[in-house]
This record gives sequence, structure tokens and C-alpha cells, in this order.
Amino acid sequence: MLSLSKQLYLFYRDGFRSMVVGRTLWKIIVIKLFIIFAVLKFFLFPNYLQNNFNTERERAGHVLENLTRTSPIR
Amino acid sequence: MEDQILSTVDWARAQFALTAMYHWIFVPLTLGLSFLVAFFESIYVKTGNEEWKKLTKFWMTLFGVNFAIGIATGIILEFQFGTNWSNYSWMVGDIFGAPLAIEGIFAFFLEAAFFAVMFFGWHRVSKGFHLFSTWMVAVGSSLSAVWILVANAWMQFPTGMAFNPDRARFEMQSFWDVALSPVAVHKFTHTTSSAFLLASLFVVGISSLFLLQKRHQKMAKRSMVVAAVFGFIASIFCAFTGDEAAFNVAHRQPMKLAAIEGLYVGQEKAPIIAAGIINSSKKPGDDLPAFHQEVKIPGLLSLLANRDVDSYVPGINDLVFGNTERNIVGAEQRMVTGKIAVAELTRYKNAKNSGDAADAASALVLFNQHKGDLGYGYLKSPAQAVPPVAIAFYSFHIMVVLGTLFPLIFLLVLFFAFKGTLENQRWLNLACLLSIFLGYVAQQAGWVVAEVGRQPWAIQGLLPVNVASTNIATSNVQATFFIFLTLFTALLLAEIRIMLKQIKTGPEA
Repeated sequence: MLSLSKQLYLFYRDGFRSMVVGRTLWKIIVIKLFIIFAVLKFFLFPNYLQNNFNTERERAGHVLENLTRTSPIR
Repeated sequence: MEDQILSTVDWARAQFALTAMYHWIFVPLTLGLSFLVAFFESIYVKTGNEEWKKLTKFWMTLFGVNFAIGIATGIILEFQFGTNWSNYSWMVGDIFGAPLAIEGIFAFFLEAAFFAVMFFGWHRVSKGFHLFSTWMVAVGSSLSAVWILVANAWMQFPTGMAFNPDRARFEMQSFWDVALSPVAVHKFTHTTSSAFLLASLFVVGISSLFLLQKRHQKMAKRSMVVAAVFGFIASIFCAFTGDEAAFNVAHRQPMKLAAIEGLYVGQEKAPIIAAGIINSSKKPGDDLPAFHQEVKIPGLLSLLANRDVDSYVPGINDLVFGNTERNIVGAEQRMVTGKIAVAELTRYKNAKNSGDAADAASALVLFNQHKGDLGYGYLKSPAQAVPPVAIAFYSFHIMVVLGTLFPLIFLLVLFFAFKGTLENQRWLNLACLLSIFLGYVAQQAGWVVAEVGRQPWAIQGLLPVNVASTNIATSNVQATFFIFLTLFTALLLAEIRIMLKQIKTGPEA
């Protein structure tokens, strides 16, 4: 009688091994996640408030400053 | 400087629209196809017929392809919040944090557990448990969509919150008011039913291709009947929820309703424009006609907006300049209130910074009296409260026309299926194939109506898009726009290529 964890491991292992289309799809998923999280998030999408202000108070102050600096739209 | 901000806002909006529209290519098919797969498998379990199992596995593979390609495309929207829309992101963090966290956790557990059983478990678990897992994936997919739609609905109808000027944040006062607002409910029901409709068109369309190619005809016809029944029911439900959505829009976003119907002058027995060519020179308050040509159905807009064919529906002019006879407060007057709100918020901030408690308290009282129109305080002219009328009008009408066409297609499919001549109807099969594309057009048009129709607001009446955005270099946003365009196009091409390969192989794979 296999333990539950062993059964689960075998379930996923055999499942992944038996994939046909899934292999291609997993390659796409891995490449995509790498591009999204390691490239886009890291280099191109910094969190503006997290990176430019140290405390919640400073962030709130910056946003409040923007809200009170009337900037009419077109 | 102002031009720089506007340019950045425009690019940030274009980037968000691009990402959301690509994301919405994948999502509705996932939502709808998961249910169709569950129906197919239920028939297999009920009948024990291996043909149904083969059929289920074929559609499940296409579902898997779509799911895999679409996964995480939505996460980029959240990156954009932090980079391009930092003011907005900060202000709504308290409202959106909980729903989006629930969605993330829910999706993770769903995908890690039941999704794996669905694909790996055919020979490893009982038929009943496998079917249960398939249903869980279907139900769970729709439930995980609830939260993002709740967040979107809140932007259209901000409720259950209070603005905290010390934290510059909207803070949640009632989770249930946010989660169960009428706008959230109709957004969920309308969006999911439209997704079911799209997936039905997809199954009917691909099956039609098999009939045209004279391949897998038995499987194709079975798939078409189930999908046409589901699609027809979804179409009717979609129409009802769409009607409910329009009723809500009429009462909570009347400017959007006026824009999608090109109604400049409010009137009783207001007509719906069945078809028309918008006069792009028309501006609020001028005497130009709103349409070059139009076909009207009298009273129908009043019926849609107020459930009363004789009722008054405010037009763009009423909502811009106000109408004292009808007790309608226009954007012009709201701008006055809004500017007081902005001024009092500024006085409150300065008083707090200088430690003048009495002045801060007095400013806060006045701010609270006027904060309902805060967003109008940022407008330069009342006409800025009007969304792009032509885009809203045409998108709405494309969506409605297609939404009327689809149930007819499903009915024709069912009619010829029961006559036993479905495979002989070449014209219908070609129409079904074309309907896959038209289904996506309707989906995108629907979101254009929802999002363009609420401009200039990021949060209805409270925060216009230019104040919501981050003051960063336009070139940064332009660069990432084109990176996304490339990435998403590559993903879409990959999806189409893999799907076509699977369709070419058919259920024998």
C-alpha cells in the first residue's frame, strides 16, 4: 500500500511523462512565465511607488500630492 | 509638461487595452469550453459510450491548449497597475487586494488539484471522480473570474467604501456591498454567459469544419447538438443579463448609455437606434444632427432604461450642461462641486502638514460634503465628461447585432441536426465557421462598450484616467506597448498553430 504522498508523486510523474501536446504547452508556459516574471516584471515594470518611496506614509503623501495638484485633462 | 502627461496616459491606456483585449481572447473560451467538456463527459459517464469519451478528450485537448497559452496573460495587467497607474493602484489597493488575492489562491488550488486529475486521471481515478474534477474545473474557472469582474464593476460603480484623505485611499466599508453590488452581479452573469456563447460557437464552428471536410462527422454532429443547445440557452441568458446591464448603466452611468445610443438631446419615448452613421463633427450643445443616417425604433431606449416606454432618458447635453426641469445635475455643475472638493482636500493636506488641527477639521467637513464629485474637479471643461461617442456607439451596435445573430445560428443548427441533414448544409456550416471569428468580435466589442463608454473615468465620477496614471516617460510605455504586442501576437499565433494541428489530427490523437 503506497503512502498518499507517494501516490500523488506517481500520479503527477506519470501524468507529465505521458503528455503529448502537453510537452509543447509546458515549454510555452515556462518560456512565457520566464519572460513575464524575470524580464518584464524585473526590468520593465518596476512598482513605481514601491521603488521610489520607503514608507506607506511617503507613498500616501505622494499620491495625495498628485490628487491636489490639479491637472486638467484634454 | 501637460502634453507629456497626456501622451503617457494615452500610451498607458493603449497598452492596458491591448493587454486586456489579448487576455480576453483566451479567457472566455476557457470559461465556456470547460462547461462544454463537462457536458460531454457527463454524457459519456451516463451512457458509457466510448465515442463520447473520445469526443470529450478531443475538446479537452483544445481546452488545455487555450488554457496553457492564456495562463498568466492577465498578470501583466497587474504589473501595469504598479508601473503606469500607480496613483490608481494605491488608491484602490484596499478594495482590490482581497478579491484579487482570493482569485489567485483559488485559481492555484483549482489548477493544481482538479486540473491535473482532469488531464492525467483518465486511467488513475474512477469515472465519477474524474467527472467531478472536470465539473470542478468548470465551476472553479467561472468562480475565479468573479473577483476580477467584481473589481471592474467597482470601478464602474464605486460602492461599499469611503475615501480616507490621510491615506489617499478608498477603504472598504462593506465587502458584501462591493462583491454583491448590482453592477458586479450583472457583470458576472453577462460576462460568463457571453463566454459560454463564445465557446459554443467555437465547438459548433470547429465541428462544422469537420462536416465541410467530411471527417469525424458523427462526433462533429454530436458536438454541435450539445453546443448549440448550450449556446442557445447562453444566448437567451446573455440577452436578459444584457438588458439588466443596460438598466443598471442607465441609472448608474447615464452618460455611457447616452453615448452608446448617440443620444444628445434627452427625450421621452426615447428611441433605440437600430442602425446609424454617427456624425463625427457633432459636439455637445451644438445644433448639428447626431447622425448622418439612422433607423430608429421609438420608445425602446426608454423601455430599456426605465422599463417604461414613455419615460424620459437624459441625453448627453442634459448630462453635460444639466437640466433643471428634469432635475438633472450636469457635469458643468459637478465641476464646481468637484473643484471645491479638490481645493478642500488641498487645504486639509496643508493644514495637516502645518499642524493646524482646526483648519484641517473645517477643510475635512467641506471636503466630505463635496467628495462625491471629486473626479469632476479635475476636468477642464464639462464636455470632457463625454466618452468617445462613435466608438461606444458602433461597439455597442456590433455587439447587439451579433448577439442577435448567434441564437439564430444555434437554432438553425438544431433544426437541421434533428432533420438529419446538417452535413448537407454547406452554407450553414460555413456560417458556423465564420461565427467563431464573429464571436470574438462580439466579445471584444462588449468590453470596448464597457471600458470606452466610461471614459474619462478610471473610477466613475471620482478619478479621471489622467490623475490615475503615473508621471513616467512616454518612451517607457511606448517600448513596453510594442513588446507586449510582439509577445501576445506570438502567443496567439502559437495557440492557433497548435489548435489547428490538433484539429487536423482530430479525435484520433
